[in-house]
Amino acid sequence: MTTPSRLIVGPFNRVEGDLEVTLDMSAGQVQSARVTAPMYRGFERILAGRPPEDALVVAPRICGICSVSQSVAAARALASVAQVDMPENGRLLTDLMLACENAADHLTHFVLFFMPDFVHPAYAGRPWFAAAQRRFTAMTGEAARSLVPARARFLHLMGLLAGKWPHSLAIQPGGVTKAADSGERIRLLGILADFRHQLEQVLYAGSLEEIAALDSRAALDQWADKAPLDRGDFRLFLHVARDLRLDRSGRGPARFLSHGSFGLFPAGVSVTGKITPLDHARVSEDLTRAWMDGPTRPNADKDGAYSWCKAPRLDGLSFETGALARAMVAADPLAGDLCGPDGGSVEARVVMRLVELAKLVIAMEDWARRIRPGEAICVESPLPLHGHGLGLVEAARGSLSHRLDVDGGRIRDYAIIAPTTWNFSPRDAQGNPGPLEQALQGAPVRDGETTPIAVQHIVRSFDPCMACTVH
Amino acid sequence: MSMLAADDVGLVHSLGRFGIHLLWHPSLSAQCGAEALAILEDAAAGRVRVDALCVEGAALTGPDGSGRFQILSGSGRPMIHWIKAIAAHARHVVAVGSCAAFGGFPAAEDNPTDAVSLHHLLGQDFRAQGGLPVINVAGCAPHPGWLVESLAELALSGTCALDSLGRPRAFADHLAHHGCGRNEFYEFKASAARPSDRGCLMENLGCKATQAPGDCNIRRWNGYGSCTDAGYACINCTSPDFQDPEAPFGETAKIAGIPVGLPVDMPKAWFVALAALSKSATPKRVRANSHADHVIVPPARLPPKQP
Repeated sequence: MTTPSRLIVGPFNRVEGDLEVTLDMSAGQVQSARVTAPMYRGFERILAGRPPEDALVVAPRICGICSVSQSVAAARALASVAQVDMPENGRLLTDLMLACENAADHLTHFVLFFMPDFVHPAYAGRPWFAAAQRRFTAMTGEAARSLVPARARFLHLMGLLAGKWPHSLAIQPGGVTKAADSGERIRLLGILADFRHQLEQVLYAGSLEEIAALDSRAALDQWADKAPLDRGDFRLFLHVARDLRLDRSGRGPARFLSHGSFGLFPAGVSVTGKITPLDHARVSEDLTRAWMDGPTRPNADKDGAYSWCKAPRLDGLSFETGALARAMVAADPLAGDLCGPDGGSVEARVVMRLVELAKLVIAMEDWARRIRPGEAICVESPLPLHGHGLGLVEAARGSLSHRLDVDGGRIRDYAIIAPTTWNFSPRDAQGNPGPLEQALQGAPVRDGETTPIAVQHIVRSFDPCMACTVH
Repeated sequence: MSMLAADDVGLVHSLGRFGIHLLWHPSLSAQCGAEALAILEDAAAGRVRVDALCVEGAALTGPDGSGRFQILSGSGRPMIHWIKAIAAHARHVVAVGSCAAFGGFPAAEDNPTDAVSLHHLLGQDFRAQGGLPVINVAGCAPHPGWLVESLAELALSGTCALDSLGRPRAFADHLAHHGCGRNEFYEFKASAARPSDRGCLMENLGCKATQAPGDCNIRRWNGYGSCTDAGYACINCTSPDFQDPEAPFGETAKIAGIPVGLPVDMPKAWFVALAALSKSATPKRVRANSHADHVIVPPARLPPKQP
């Protein structure tokens, strides 16, 4: 049986939300790919006309997995309208909630969405296959049995500070609604200590500090080789990546964008290794291939369109965003070494996500220690009747922006650009593909495959959130 | 996504304890693309037994009734087609979350996608093979326990007691107010005036917990939490039309200074009279703490008895 020259892959699972990928192939390779977001949601229209504060309720409900990121973006957009800043305590508590979501999402992605790919029968006989099967078989693998509970207990931090996850209203323009008293601060540190322990025992089989300190391809290789391949799930992945040459798989556009986060990662763009500041005013959304007649006007019959996703471009160019982009914009030596001049790869995206996870937990421990019980957590943030606001945040999967216009005390216009809108955008007026479309070019397709496994690795390496994409 | 943290062990394990096996799940299953589509086709044709069809998200019927605002990827057919086809064979149909149960935010205001609830999509008289209407595990998000326990109840007894809106009574017989950590402030009507105040959120900040079905404050979320304990209003997310309130979500709708949404089954005059009485009896400690973000006046202690 041979593979036809065109494949439509879907439903694409172990990604958040609805995704379809159309592949045109020849000579055992993807020649070109079209990425389709097959769902329209209309949240920007639902936001228009409401009181601006209601964005704090509506925006998080765009997504069940990036909920806090949406909250922070909305709160920052409103704070920029109201011209207020959070007190230090409020900022620490907000950072803890956002980092908790980002870290939990990184773990969810690795354990539940991405690694089960390698239990595919096509890989039977590989030296790591038995270990992958034992650890990552979907639903029943050992890794999920220990790390899903570890993640659930880590989310107790959300119970304590946000009330619940997802969909909290604890994050406000002027701070947070819930203080941490001295006992709660200790409980936070306890939650973090337990999570650190699980990561160090199970995920890394090593200390968070040694993962955070990896600073070159050579250091990474050396770390991978210092123990058997099933000593820690990160190490198992590194061996899989080496065997399958995932460093050559899924090459993106070599252009990276980050809004910056936590003071750990700066804002900026990195284009073929050169880092420059980010000017958000130069971002636009191209609708050529989207089923949209205007920013909020859908048209399911539009000629030439193939996705509900718009195509964000900076100076007319596509950009990749996510943990790898944050590291590239921070001139991280490991990320730079893994990417080289050719842009991101499946391996680079996954490695930098797990390195970031280690860094986040270390930082969270520091923030929790710096909380000062009894000091201010929130300032009032009365909104003017008219104004313009922009809220920038880094969600787990990349750069998220909320831009709003307030007129007569109501939202006149609300525009959201989500991370996966960047990464999974369709072609633009110039015909330039989105980052995933570009990354899929050249992906190998084996004879008879209907859902090519290499394509699955590349798609999932971006950790897409389609629910946010089509808000 | 809230389900991933169910019972601190995760959805798969928490359901597995009751012999419940996931036939296919968009986030958790191995099967992708053609393999996944084959499972759904078998379910839609009745070739595989489906004890419960669980649907998250509103049914998008637009544009113009075509359902093309949500195509099941890889199938070329709208999601509403698949829901109807599988629901016809399923023993039970479960709407997970307020969007699937009542329309939720997608159905807000001018409803840009013509979003409807499963109940609306499948018809007023719909009964699944097991004899029950759509089971509405409402909430935005629903507590993971609500789903796990509803499915476990179905697995154990084949049925599930529902309220008049199809919500499992196991959680809908409670109010979010029950067990609220702000109860002393509520008793004395010592009200918060701004976000981060510790006082009761009902009078000024939009809290609807006294009207909202749910055991949120009894069972707690993510180990410790609840909306009201974290300092913000219950927005009654388990009820139809919560997405379009009378006032901004963070403000209490009032007429002549009296909140519109008083406890559902209490005579208004009595509530007003008792509120006035309890306000006048408020201890200084409670009043002071209601306007602070941390305890500024601890409870008074009786001096130790002299021997």
